[in-house]
Formats: sequence, structure tokens, C-alpha cells
Amino acid sequence: MSLLEIAEVSVRFGGNLALDGVTLSAEAGEITGLIGPNGAGKTTLFNVITGLQSPTSGRVILSERDLGRLSPTKRARLGMARTFQRLELFSLLSVRENIRVAADIYRSYSGSKDDPALVVESMIDKVGLREVADARVDSLPTGQCRLVELGRSLATRPKVLLLDEPASGQDDNETVAFATLLRELAADGMAVVLVEHDVALVMEVCARVHVLDFGRVIASGAPSAIQTDAAVLAAYLGSGAK
Amino acid sequence: MSQETPLLELRGIRASYDRIEALFGVDLVVNQGSVVALLGPNGAGKTTLLKVACGLMAPSAGDVLYAGKRVNGTRPEELARRGISMVPEGRGIFPNLSVRENLKMMTYTGVSLSQVEEIAFERFPRLAERSRQLAGTMSGGEQQMLAMARGLATNPAVLILDELSMGLAPIIVEELYEIVAQVARSGVSILVVEQFASSVLGVADRAAIMVHGHIVRDGTPQELESELSNAYLGNQPERSGGNK
Amino acid sequence: MDKFLTFTIVGLSTGAIYAIIASGLVLTYTTTGIFNFAQGAIGMLCAFAFWQMYIAWEWPLWLALLLSLLVLAPLIGAFIDTAIMRGLEDTTEVTRLVVSIGLLVGLIGLANWIWKPGISRNVSPFFSGHYFSLADTRITGQQLITIAVAIVVALVLWLFLKFTRTGVAMRAVVDDRALASLNGARPNRVSMLAWAMGCTLAGIGGILIAPNVALDAGTLSLLIVNAYAAAIIGRLRSLPLTFLGALILGCTEAYLSGYLNSTPNLAGLRLAAPAILLFIVLLVIPTSRLRGRRQSREFFPMPSWSGTFIFAAAVIFAGVVLATTLSNGDAVTYAKIFSVGILALSLVPLVGFAGQISLATLSFAGIGALVFAHLGAGGNPLALVLAFVIPAAVGALVALPALRLSGIYLALGTAAFAVALDRWIFNLADFDIGPLHISLFQLGSTEVAPLNIFGYSFNTPARQMILVSVAFALISICVVAVRKSAYGRRLLAMKSSEAACATLGLNLVGTKLSVFALSAGISGVGGAILGTQLRSISPQNFDFVSGLPVLLLTVVGGIGAVGGALFAGVSLMGLLPLISLLGVFFAKVAGLLPGIAGVGLGRNPNGTVHDMRDGFESIARYRPAIIWLAIVIPAVWILRLAGIYGNAVFFPLLVLSPVAAVTFATLKIGGLEQTPTVDEIPLEWKGFIEPWKSSDVIELDMALGMNEVTLHVSP
Repeated sequence: MSLLEIAEVSVRFGGNLALDGVTLSAEAGEITGLIGPNGAGKTTLFNVITGLQSPTSGRVILSERDLGRLSPTKRARLGMARTFQRLELFSLLSVRENIRVAADIYRSYSGSKDDPALVVESMIDKVGLREVADARVDSLPTGQCRLVELGRSLATRPKVLLLDEPASGQDDNETVAFATLLRELAADGMAVVLVEHDVALVMEVCARVHVLDFGRVIASGAPSAIQTDAAVLAAYLGSGAK
Repeated sequence: MSQETPLLELRGIRASYDRIEALFGVDLVVNQGSVVALLGPNGAGKTTLLKVACGLMAPSAGDVLYAGKRVNGTRPEELARRGISMVPEGRGIFPNLSVRENLKMMTYTGVSLSQVEEIAFERFPRLAERSRQLAGTMSGGEQQMLAMARGLATNPAVLILDELSMGLAPIIVEELYEIVAQVARSGVSILVVEQFASSVLGVADRAAIMVHGHIVRDGTPQELESELSNAYLGNQPERSGGNK
Repeated sequence: MDKFLTFTIVGLSTGAIYAIIASGLVLTYTTTGIFNFAQGAIGMLCAFAFWQMYIAWEWPLWLALLLSLLVLAPLIGAFIDTAIMRGLEDTTEVTRLVVSIGLLVGLIGLANWIWKPGISRNVSPFFSGHYFSLADTRITGQQLITIAVAIVVALVLWLFLKFTRTGVAMRAVVDDRALASLNGARPNRVSMLAWAMGCTLAGIGGILIAPNVALDAGTLSLLIVNAYAAAIIGRLRSLPLTFLGALILGCTEAYLSGYLNSTPNLAGLRLAAPAILLFIVLLVIPTSRLRGRRQSREFFPMPSWSGTFIFAAAVIFAGVVLATTLSNGDAVTYAKIFSVGILALSLVPLVGFAGQISLATLSFAGIGALVFAHLGAGGNPLALVLAFVIPAAVGALVALPALRLSGIYLALGTAAFAVALDRWIFNLADFDIGPLHISLFQLGSTEVAPLNIFGYSFNTPARQMILVSVAFALISICVVAVRKSAYGRRLLAMKSSEAACATLGLNLVGTKLSVFALSAGISGVGGAILGTQLRSISPQNFDFVSGLPVLLLTVVGGIGAVGGALFAGVSLMGLLPLISLLGVFFAKVAGLLPGIAGVGLGRNPNGTVHDMRDGFESIARYRPAIIWLAIVIPAVWILRLAGIYGNAVFFPLLVLSPVAAVTFATLKIGGLEQTPTVDEIPLEWKGFIEPWKSSDVIELDMALGMNEVTLHVSP
């Protein structure tokens, strides 16, 4: 049994089927990639997993527990964390305070004895934001904002980390550093799910990649297999692609 | 008609959301009567470029020229009246209005309702049967037809199509592109953004690939076809400079 | 059966009026996204204008109707849209609400200016003397015409929205504003039209209701609460449901008055019925989706401890100065600066930090005052604790149904609560719930004993003044402590993004509930202290409309900081009474100012204090200015105490000395403030001040007008 299992999840918005029987899983200690064209349903799937969107049918299972209709808050407390494609930062607070809020919340429900101030400092170092730790997040470029969101999620010590386009807005050097960071997180035992349009990055770091198209998983497998998969090529390049 | 007359021209366009920069100096020309395809992965800035072209978004630098005139800062409704018609991403329709009411909205460009309906229903007979239905309750393909009908009903000079194929079955996409080809033959200039490459390459005269807010390749569809897999699936990460 | 039919007719005609007003509300809300709290006030203004033309000037009916409904009302709408509401797009929901509340307060002020309150003005019923019979029931001409007008309005709205191009465009703008403009429609014109129509509908409602009530600006404006309930039943979207809701509301009200009149304690229930119904509706409508991040121009810097203590010390010093220089009568008047300041402070954590809204601050203050009046026999300070706890508990209870909904619903829920207290609860005689004997205002007014701490009674105006200034200073420090705590950070985080907070594991409802209770508790304490100043309290001291300027001016002053609360206290209880002293004209201006200030908020969402503080910061950095202040102000005060001059010289000197210091300090160090930040490095200095980046090439090219940007886009 994988750490995170998504079984037959469907979401219907009016007449449109945004997700159509999606089944996939993410293993602890691995980075799982999720790619697909715009509108394929990746962010919707994240919303379903974190409880921000209830599915029309299907189940989300974390550590062999069916999450049913649990609220986002309860899911977070079970070890689920995410970042957002459209940044959801606490714009009135500094980088340090953003992460501190998360560390404090974690402490309040987990009973952890760790000093949240120290947790925050280690997270700042981990994501590499030491130089801008006191800056208001409003003043940072997107790439760094995404790192703040990452640091904030990490401060809740998640088992499953869902990253929605974390590398967009990062320049090439930042992306290289980011890939290294992702590998470290997986090595710590986290199940990392990566939605990213920088496919090069996905192919580089992921153990497995799922391809979503029209709300369905059209391919799953190792990156090398995905890159030559006929269905994937068709989805990305159209049915007539060679 | 002269093939080489630029009708819609984008020069050195830069644009940003808040402080997030999306376009870093993009040049693109749509000649009279030609079909230009703009391709590229998610988040490359294609939609942003279209928004700038039709006036929904002001560029932070650069110029938009339409029929030789600089139209930066002209409001979208004004550009619509002057002949730039945009079919936005994700169904450019009003879901809570009936099909007929959707078409009625087009009469703001100065075309009569009967004329709009004639054009729309001739190209898309299925819409005539559904004229009283709420647009949001139709199938995805029918909604996209309505969106295109809306875009075409005013006999625009430039038709801008954003992600026509999004969320649609391939068979319907092919059907829609046949109509695009017909429209192009009737002399309308078309700028189309797509992720699905091959469906659009069949009808395009020129194509450009956009990655990370830059146009990285530009040429005939044949020249570009081989590059696409790289740009999308990143077999060899490709972010090098332009070659105009 | 006869009686039932009679009251049904009454109910339908009342409901018809609500329906007309509420449909205007829905129209503007859906097309512009602004919930118009002033809808009732606009109707009120039209009713007054109609009275003026038709009754006072005896113009023909048709002319009066034409001018008030088709000229005045649309003009008001167009003015509101172009002059006030445009440019509010990138502000928070709180700012937008406050602007429309400012409009409400401003319009009431305007009406009271033009039409002197207290004079009886009546509009006779339309078609009076004409009756129609249905079975054995008589229907008056007025009732019939009201119902007929509602039917016509419904029909015209339906035809307009369904069959005219403009109507279709209005619905299209609701669906997708950007797409509407791509179609060539002009969304701005559509918005303006929606405002004009909304105002005309408000005007129709106002004129129709005028014969049923005495014309009074406040009462008429508050009819809106009844219309709100109807609009909420329509979920602020659906016109048919809004009409249905209005009819249910009108009938409920009529039946209550028909069948409940016998017991005096329940008589008020009829008046409070719409508010209570609104509350019930809030309970049953489905939860709204979690809010994501919102754009806003707001910026609240973190307060420093040193600054806060200086602030607190200055407040207490001001209290001492006022206590030693003012006459007893003036001290009673101006001590309210600080007690109203405490009420404003209660809004800082709730509205400023957490981004929630409450329109019931003064109601909680009333509860606090009652608690202290009845339980604080002899001024027992322990009763202050109860004056915190009981309003806090009530506040939590009130907020619970609305918290899972978005801001506008919480505002409406609290407004409904405040109105229900005004119209019903506060007017109840003593009653018992089981063993508990509940005493309220005892059908009039209740005495409040002055606070008595260890035998020291704060029973003179001077002692009171010092007491309230100290209380304000202490509560300010507490509020700053909240801001600087983990809890305060959490509130600000929640304000920025509820979705992110939920996915981090924060209990949103619990957090909102706690801050609402905290705010209600502070209001309660403020109310108790205000009560000890007033000595005798009555429901009028704590009514809904009087509470609105407190919110308005705190937001105008700067809702994110304790300075904003002081601003509210000083302007409401200090400056406005001073202005009123200048004469009748100025008193009228003073009545208008809070509204104008609220309406002007769109220009500066961070509040005035934020700007003022920049001035004071320059003092802090310019030592001579500090020394000057430390010497001059006490000196001015001591000279006054020594009787060298009177208050007429003293207060101008007192105000002038810091103003002079700020001006001087700003002039002196103004030039030093422009330390260049990274963004502002001039192009030609790039590469010298900071490392040269590839992106700088592009910027340089642009500056030089070179278009070949693509050349530089290298790997």
C-alpha cells in the first residue's frame, strides 16, 4: 500500500468532467510527477486531495485511512501539505513570519516540543531564504515566493507534500538548486507530488510520472518511458504527431 | 490581398501580473489573411500575449499595432468594434445566457442581430436548434462552437483563438479546425494559441514556439514540427535565444 | 378568516415594498459586486424629495414623481458609481463595505441637514378614500397601488433583462466582465445603469412606504435591513427568490402584528422580525467556498514596543492635561474621546488583523454597560470582568452562524443582531429565564454607579477622565500585544489567505470565533466604562446607527493600528463636538463628516494615521524636535495650571507645538529619507551599486528605445 492513494476520483463541474476516474499513488521517499496540458485537471486533483474541493465520487487514502469528507484542516493535521499555483502567501507578513505561522499551528495541534522559532530558522536555511528572511513577502519575486510557500508547508512536518508548479517564476539557477532540495525532501522520507510544467525538471527528479489529460490518467511510468509514450506524445502534440 | 501586409503587429511586448513577469520582449506579426500559430507549454505566456493583443491587458513595454496604427491602451470594447475578435480560453461564452442572447451581445459591434444569426447558424447549424437553451448547459464542443460563432459573427478582420481544443475530444477539435481553415480561406487573419500542436499546424501559415515568456523558434509549420517534442517534453531542455 | 385575509393584504403590500427595494439591491450587487448598505438611505432621500415637492411645494403628483424617481434617483446612482465606487476594484471587502456604510451615514446626515429632524412630515396615502372589497375585506387604494407597482416592477425588470440588449448585457457582465468588453459592450456603462436603476427602485420603495410611516431619516434608511433579509433569501443573486423572500417577510411581519399584539414583551418582536428572519436565513444557506488570496493596497506595519509605550504614555498625559484644565461639563463631554476610543480599539483585532467585520460594536457595548449597571453594584471593578466575559460569549453566539460564510454575511448578521436588540430586546421589561432574573433597561433608563477601586471612587469628571485615558492606554497595549503574538500573526495570516491557513491545519472557525469574542469583550468593557461616564444609560445610547460612525472613523484612521482607534475617538468625540460649537451650520457639517470620511476611504485604504505617523517618525529621527516637545508641552501646561492664561490660549498652543515640531523636523531631514532601494537604482548606476544582471540589458535597451530585445535573450 502506498502512502497516498487516489482511487477512482471524479469531479464534475456542471456539464464538464474535470476529473474522470483518476487513480494514482505516491510513495514515501519518492518524488511523483504529475504532468499534463492546461485544463487537464492537475490543480483540481490537488484540491480534492487537500479537501478544498469535494469529489463527485472516488476516495483519497492516506496511510491506509480513507479521508472521506474530512475538512482541509483535519487533512493537514494528518500530515498533508501543499503549495499553490496561484500563490497563497500571507502577504501582510514577512518571510520569517509566514513560516512561523505554520510552525505555530503545527505545534498547537501536534504537541511537538520543538521550539517553533528554531524550526523556522532551519526551514529558512533549508529553502535558502536567509537573505530575505525579514522582507515582506509582497516584495519578493515569484521564484522566492514559491520557496516561502514550500518552507511554510515544510514547517508542518508533512508526510505528503503536494507542490503545484513550484518552479514557475524561478530562473535556471534557482531551478537547479530546487531540484536538489526536492531530492533531499524525498530522502527524508516524504512523499512529494510535483505538478510542474517545466517537464525537464519533472523528468530529472521524479521516480514515477503520471500524465493527466482531459481529467484522465493516460500514462504512468518511469520518466524515460513517458517521454516515448505514444499516448503522451499524442496528448501533447496532437493525434497526428510522429 | 497582399500576403505581406502586417495587419496585427506586436513589437517588444513585455507584460507582468503584479510583479510576476510573464513576457520578456515578444515580437510577433500576423499578416493580412494569414494564420499564425503560437505554441508552447503551460505557463509560457501565450495567453498573456493574446490578452495584450486584444486590449484586455496593457503591456508594460512595447507596442501593439493594428492596421499600421499604434493601439496600446485602447479598450477591448473599442478594438472589438474595430475588428479584432477574440475567443478567450475556456469557452468564451456567457453560461447563464441563452444561445440567442449570447449572439445578441455581439450586436454591440454594430452588426444587426439577424446578420449575426445568419453567419452563426450557417457555419454551425447545430446552434440554431439550441437557440433558446442556456449556453452553460450545452456540451463542451457546442459551447466552443458558440464561442467561435460569436467570434466570427461580426466579420472580424483578425480572429484570435485561445486554446480552442482545451478539454475537448480530438474528433471535435479536428472539426473545429476545419472551420478555422474555412474561415482563413475567406480572408480573415487568424492568431491561434494551442498546446495541441498538430491540429493547428495543419492550418497555420507560420508558427512560433514560446517558452518562458520568450519566442524561442519561429518559422513554417514544417520547420517547427521537429522542435516541438523538445519544447514540450524536454528531452533536451531548450531555452535558447531567438533566431529572427 | 377575515382577520387573516386583512393581515395577508397588509403583509403583501409591505412585502411588495421590500421586494422593490431588495431587487434594486440585488441588481447593483450582482453587476458591480458592491453591497449597497445605503440602498435604504437613497430610498429615504427620494421620499423626502418627493415630500418636499408634492406636499411642501404642492407640485402636481406626476411632476414630483417624475423628478424624484426619474431624475434625482438615477443621478444619485450615476454619481455614486462614477465618483465613489469606481476605483474600489483593488480594495478589500471591508473597505468596500465601509464606503457604502459611509454613504448611508452621509445620506442620513444630508437629509437631517436639509430637512430638520423632529418636525412631523406626512405623505397622505395614495388614493386615500378609495376602497376595494375582496370577500369581506377592504383593500385600501394605497395597498392596491403598492402591490400593483411591485407587479409592474417585476414585469418590467423581467422584460428588460430578458429582451433588451442592455438588459442582456447586464446579465452578461455578471457572467464575465472581460468577455462582455470583448464583445464590444461597455461594462462601465452597464455598472452605471445598474446603479441608476438600483437607486430608482430604492426611490420607488421609499415613496411607497412614506405614507405608512412618519418621515424620519434614520427609520427610513433602516428599512433596508428588512430588504436585506429578502435579498439574502435570493442569495443576493436571484430576483424571483428575492421577491418571494420579500413577500414571506411582509406576511410574517403582518401576522406577527395581527396575532401577537397582546403581550407587551412580544410587541417588539414584530419590529425585529425581519432581522431575526435574516439571521435564520444565514443559518441555512450553504457554506461558501474558502477564500483565496486577495489583492489589496493595504499595508499595516508591525508596531514597536517603544512606540506603543510612548503612545500609551502620551494618551495618559493627555488625559491628565484634560482633567486638570477642563471645566466639569467639558470634562464629561471630552472624556468620551477615550471611551469611544476603546470601542474603536475593539475593532482593531477583528477588522484590522482578522479582516472580519462587525456592525454591532455599540450593541456589545450596550450589553457590557448593562452588565456593569446591574452586577457592578457600588462600582465593583470585578464587574468589569463580567462586562468582558458576557458580551464575549454573546458575540461568539452571534457570530457562529455567519462565520462559515464570507464577510458580507457576517456584516449583515451583526447588523441584524444590532437591529433586533434596538427594536426588541433592549426595550424589554425585566424577565426571568428559570432562576435567572434578567434586567435590561427597565423600559427607560438604568443607573450606572461610578467605578470604585479599593474605596477610591471615580466619581468626579476629572477622575473619570484620567480613568478612561488609562483604560484606553492599557487596552491599546493589550491590542498591540495581540498583534505581536503568535495569535496576532495567525489572524493576519487568515486575513491574507483562508485557503492556505486551512491547508496548514488551522481551525478557521475557532480562530474567527475567538477574535470575534475578543472584540465583543473589549466593546463590552468600553461600554461599561462609557456607562459609568453617562451615569444613566438608555437603549438610545447604543443603537445601531450611532455605532456605524465608530467603525467608519476607525477604518478611516487606520484599522490596522491602535492609532486608528484614537483617531476615531478624537474625531467623533473631540473634533466633531468642537466643530458643532462654531454654530448651527457647522453642527450640520459635523453631522455629515463621518459619512464623507468613510466615502473618501477608497482613496487611502491604509488610513490617515498611517500618513500622520510618517510625520511623527521624522520627529523621532530629529533629536532637537524631541527635546523641543519634551520641554514645550509640559511648560505650556504648567503655565496654564499656574493660571497665566486660560483654555482659549492653552489649547491652540498645545496643538501648535507638535505641529510645529513635525513641520520643522520634516523640513530638516526630509531630504535624507530618499535612501535608494533596489528598485529605484537609476539605470546608469546599475552594475555599480549592485551586480549587473542579464535582465538589466533589456531594461537598458528599453530606456534607449532599442527594439531588438530578442537579440539579448541568450541562454
